[in-house]
Amino acid sequence: MMASGYSNSPCAACKFLRRKCNQDCIFAPYFPPEEPHKFVNVHKIFGASNVSKILNEVLPHQREDTVNSLAYEAEARIKNPVYGCVGAISVLQGQLFRLQKELDATNADLIRFTHEGSSSLGLGHVHSDDFFNYPSNLSNDM
Amino acid sequence: MASSSSSYNSPCAACKFLRRKCMPGCIFAPYFPPEEPQKFANVHKIFGASNVTKLLNELLPHQREDAVNSLAYEAEARVRDPVYGCVGAISFLQRQVQRLQKELDAANTDLLRYSLADISPPPPASLSVPQGMISVQPIPQRQFSGRNEGFYRQSPTTTYSSFPYSLPWTDTSSVDMSEGGGGGGNHM
Repeated sequence: MMASGYSNSPCAACKFLRRKCNQDCIFAPYFPPEEPHKFVNVHKIFGASNVSKILNEVLPHQREDTVNSLAYEAEARIKNPVYGCVGAISVLQGQLFRLQKELDATNADLIRFTHEGSSSLGLGHVHSDDFFNYPSNLSNDM
Repeated sequence: MASSSSSYNSPCAACKFLRRKCMPGCIFAPYFPPEEPQKFANVHKIFGASNVTKLLNELLPHQREDAVNSLAYEAEARVRDPVYGCVGAISFLQRQVQRLQKELDAANTDLLRYSLADISPPPPASLSVPQGMISVQPIPQRQFSGRNEGFYRQSPTTTYSSFPYSLPWTDTSSVDMSEGGGGGGNHM
């Protein structure tokens, strides 16, 4: 949720950092004063200056999504200090593996039911390579 | 992988990067070997050395290797994709789970249809049929949606209660963030 950044009330970041919230404050549109925990979390994990650098590297229209994903990662890391949101990736990969096994078994049953001359079903199959190796070019020492 | 403790001859990647003496007991040394300079460079860029130190100090020693590896993974993902980082991977995987679940629901629906098609029609009401004379194809114990929505179908929205995190900016149904093992998570 993007705040206007032009209200009299300092944004959550400037409130936390105890500084004046100027009109061109880079945090103000993305850290409204009604959501103090969002900045608290992001500050704890990434630090204000790192967030500021990241926001300055992306285009203005990308900043809202950037802040939301940083806030998501920060909250996940606070709840799970060892694995953060990488734990969620692991859970999802496990779900995908189980679903693929289930689908393979169900398709095998379907083939048994239809092998006696029914028309081809065009059974659906999701290729597992697409998601088990995502992101394929990142190191994964998990 | 945790390397051996720092030696005087070879500072760890963190101390090399920070241009400081790598002392015995350096908290970074076991996890940032000098052969992997990019690992610390990424982690420092995204999280900062002091934040990583605080994080590691909050954990038990046996948890730190996994913590550093997950931080390194997140940092690398964020360097490659500054907008979404590894949350992009979560979003992608969640869509794949939904797609696969739809495929599975459809396959189960098809299986049910074929199974029912093999059941003999019931006899006329005037005849009595001894027990056991009607043969029914066994239906495998699979996950049935309980809805027969046609051969190619619209699947209901599926929630995955085991997925602990919500993505606030997607339109997928999700669950609230819940305790993910803080203070020593053991998801993996």
